[in-house]
Amino acid sequence: MELFRDIQVLKALFNTVMISVTASILATIIGTLAAVGLRKLRSSLKKAILTVTNLPMVNPEIVTGVSLMLTFISIYNTLGVLKLGMATLTLSHTIFCVPYVILSILPKLEQLNPSLYEAAQDLGCAPVKAFFRVVLPDIMPGILTGMIMAFTLSLDDFIISYFTSGTVMTLPISIYSMTRKGVSPEINALSALLFLVVLVLLLIINLRQSVRENADVVNLR
Amino acid sequence: MRETPIISLRNVAISLGGQRILENFNLDIKDGEFVTFLGPSGCGKTTTLRIIAGFERPDSGEVLFKGRNITKLPAHKREINTIFQNYALFPHLNVYENVAFGLRIAKYKEEIVEREVNHILSLVSLSDFALRRIDSLSGGQQQRVAIVRALVNRPKVLLLDEPLGALDLKLRKDMQAELKNIQKQTGITFIFVTHDQEEALSMSDTVVVMDGGKIQQIGTPLDIYNEPRNAFVADFIGESNIIDGIMIEDCLVEFAGEKFRCIDSGFARNEAVDVVIRPEDIKLTSKENGRISGMVTSVTFKGVHYEIIVDVNNFKWMIQSTQVQTPGEEIGLILEPDDIHIMKKSEHSGEYGDYSAFSDEMYEIYEENNK
Amino acid sequence: MKSKSKWITVPFAVWVIIFTVVPLVLILFFAFTNEDKIFTINNITHVGKYSSVFVNSLLLSAVATAICLILGYPFAYLISKMPEKVQSIAVILVMLPMLMNFLLRTYAWMTILENNGILNSVLKFFHLPALNLINTKKAVVLGMVYNFLPYMILPIYSVLMKIDKRLIEAAKDLGAGKMKVFSKVIFPLSKPGVVSGVTMVFVPSVSTFVISKMLGGGANILIGDLIEMQFLGNSYNPHLGSAISLILILLVLICIGILNQYDSSLNSKNKSQ
Repeated sequence: MELFRDIQVLKALFNTVMISVTASILATIIGTLAAVGLRKLRSSLKKAILTVTNLPMVNPEIVTGVSLMLTFISIYNTLGVLKLGMATLTLSHTIFCVPYVILSILPKLEQLNPSLYEAAQDLGCAPVKAFFRVVLPDIMPGILTGMIMAFTLSLDDFIISYFTSGTVMTLPISIYSMTRKGVSPEINALSALLFLVVLVLLLIINLRQSVRENADVVNLR
Repeated sequence: MRETPIISLRNVAISLGGQRILENFNLDIKDGEFVTFLGPSGCGKTTTLRIIAGFERPDSGEVLFKGRNITKLPAHKREINTIFQNYALFPHLNVYENVAFGLRIAKYKEEIVEREVNHILSLVSLSDFALRRIDSLSGGQQQRVAIVRALVNRPKVLLLDEPLGALDLKLRKDMQAELKNIQKQTGITFIFVTHDQEEALSMSDTVVVMDGGKIQQIGTPLDIYNEPRNAFVADFIGESNIIDGIMIEDCLVEFAGEKFRCIDSGFARNEAVDVVIRPEDIKLTSKENGRISGMVTSVTFKGVHYEIIVDVNNFKWMIQSTQVQTPGEEIGLILEPDDIHIMKKSEHSGEYGDYSAFSDEMYEIYEENNK
Repeated sequence: MKSKSKWITVPFAVWVIIFTVVPLVLILFFAFTNEDKIFTINNITHVGKYSSVFVNSLLLSAVATAICLILGYPFAYLISKMPEKVQSIAVILVMLPMLMNFLLRTYAWMTILENNGILNSVLKFFHLPALNLINTKKAVVLGMVYNFLPYMILPIYSVLMKIDKRLIEAAKDLGAGKMKVFSKVIFPLSKPGVVSGVTMVFVPSVSTFVISKMLGGGANILIGDLIEMQFLGNSYNPHLGSAISLILILLVLICIGILNQYDSSLNSKNKSQ
């Protein structure tokens, strides 16, 4: 019995990590592309798209959860794909993380000196190459912050997962199912571990700025 | 014999954001020249530069490079480099990597990159700064990095978009000399954009004065200053008194109620003209000795000279003189034939050259509003 | 050439439509249809039966939001007055509980507040009368305040931080005392932070089902519980669930609207002065 529960907990941990890693990478790619494209749009259209994009941040989480559940079930009933499970979990996490990624990249893009992109082309880079050589490195701090944020949000999410998981267990879901009967020590230990992971990630986000400011001193050697 | 211009703009027209910036714009730039586009903000000078660089594509017309049509050639394939207004140095790269950027893109061997970059950094005494971050440099140092980052690629044409705008006056003067020097040594065609007339006059071989998307005058700095073609040029280049006059016949003009000998000809008899007189060309004398006379209304000490406003029959003249005058006094003005410059009437006539509302504060407000 | 990249937004717009707009449209659709996909307003009228749940939810979350504001504002103000180095440590301390999983945090309060829990054991040790807290409204409000207080402190703090210190000096220079400086300058300028703090506490409070389940027992059902029951509970009825969700969205929108109205009317008033 104990052993069975251990296996379940490990399975839940594995699922959680898989989902968080996949969803945060997907959300980062989608969010970065979206932010780059959005910046070029005229402001009224950009504002409209951003307002809709940010709806999951404003809406109560439970509404986002049940609305995605309805969507996935409808898709499954009509097309026969996307049965509630790992895929829908990963997809939902990607969906609710994208706005956070965009939110952390867009200001960096707006601060970006537009001449840099032109300067790279002036020095011989084709437009796409200029983007990778100059724009991307410059907005990298925003991209990384967005990715870490997405990862921690995904790692910790319960409400949206609860409605889109079907029978799949994630760590927060198994914690919830245990709260009636008492939380097992393994879960507490694992959670403490995750707490540390999240803490370290957040410290990285917070320290990045001050490190960048101090980098001059390091570079002076 | 006429050699092919290195850059030619043919009937170029462009609109940005629904606004017509240039229309039917034609210009030839000779190889090896230091050309300056001079004009107030919004006159189209920066847009013209960006068309040459390849950042804007004209709606119609052609851009020729040594006679070859490059209108559709993207910026990265042109043998033209730019020094941007705010330098546009890459903040994620150090000084060395910024300068090496273009050579790396062109896939030069590492030893060539190293040699070229180190050499050019030493030319502008930045060797010790090679590994520094861009934002740890002073404005003048950043400026020099921007210059060598462009020059290391040996461009045929170097475009400079108000590159000295962010520097303080002293540094600005030094950099003007340094840029002029670099241009002479390398023989690269420089196309320089500025709204500072003094900068334009002191650095250029040819000045292109622009306003409202049109070329107002092209010429050497001396031509532009001494022979402005219309009231706009006369006013924009230095201070000018611009008075309505009538050309009686060749070399004889009437204004301020008097007839004056002058050296201009080629006008119709009794043609209405604009008469330009530079404030520093007017000599002062006693009321009785002057051809025309008026009352001093204000005197301002400017360092090298006094700026004196004199009311002659309700038209306010500006005079720069080393002799101090007393406000309220009547004085006479002496004008020699070669002090008087005659221009055809143009759309700009009547807009400039009257100092009746003149004051330093007003001028500053005017400048602010026209930024 | 320069604006090719804007076409990247087309696939993104499709993504947003499929995964943000369509789900909300589905809620609307389910709310106004029955199992046979026939239009009906029965679901909406049916929600009326649960009006006491709605009142209860709004009341508890309003109380929790008010407590958060009363506790959070002075706290944020104090942090913004600290030396800069201490500030960042204080901010991290405020955020620290947020890093622990939300469920475990709430579970911890369960074990504290239980009738045989830590709190009552301590009380018993000092021969004090035991308190009955678990499964009461008080416990639910406590859970909300504890879980969402950081969402009140952080936005207020970040707005307070950005207030130009010269404005405060200018106010003092013009003769304002400490109280006047606060009421006439600092507080009005910090209103955007208060508005977003209130939103960030109120919205998750009014829609929670975890806190009410764990700390409120079965007796204190909130809107969130009601929705959860329709989708995953025994009384499976996504049509009624969607109707309740729709009304919840409307309630939240109205509250945010009122708050923003308050904030923007204040801004425009300031501008016209």
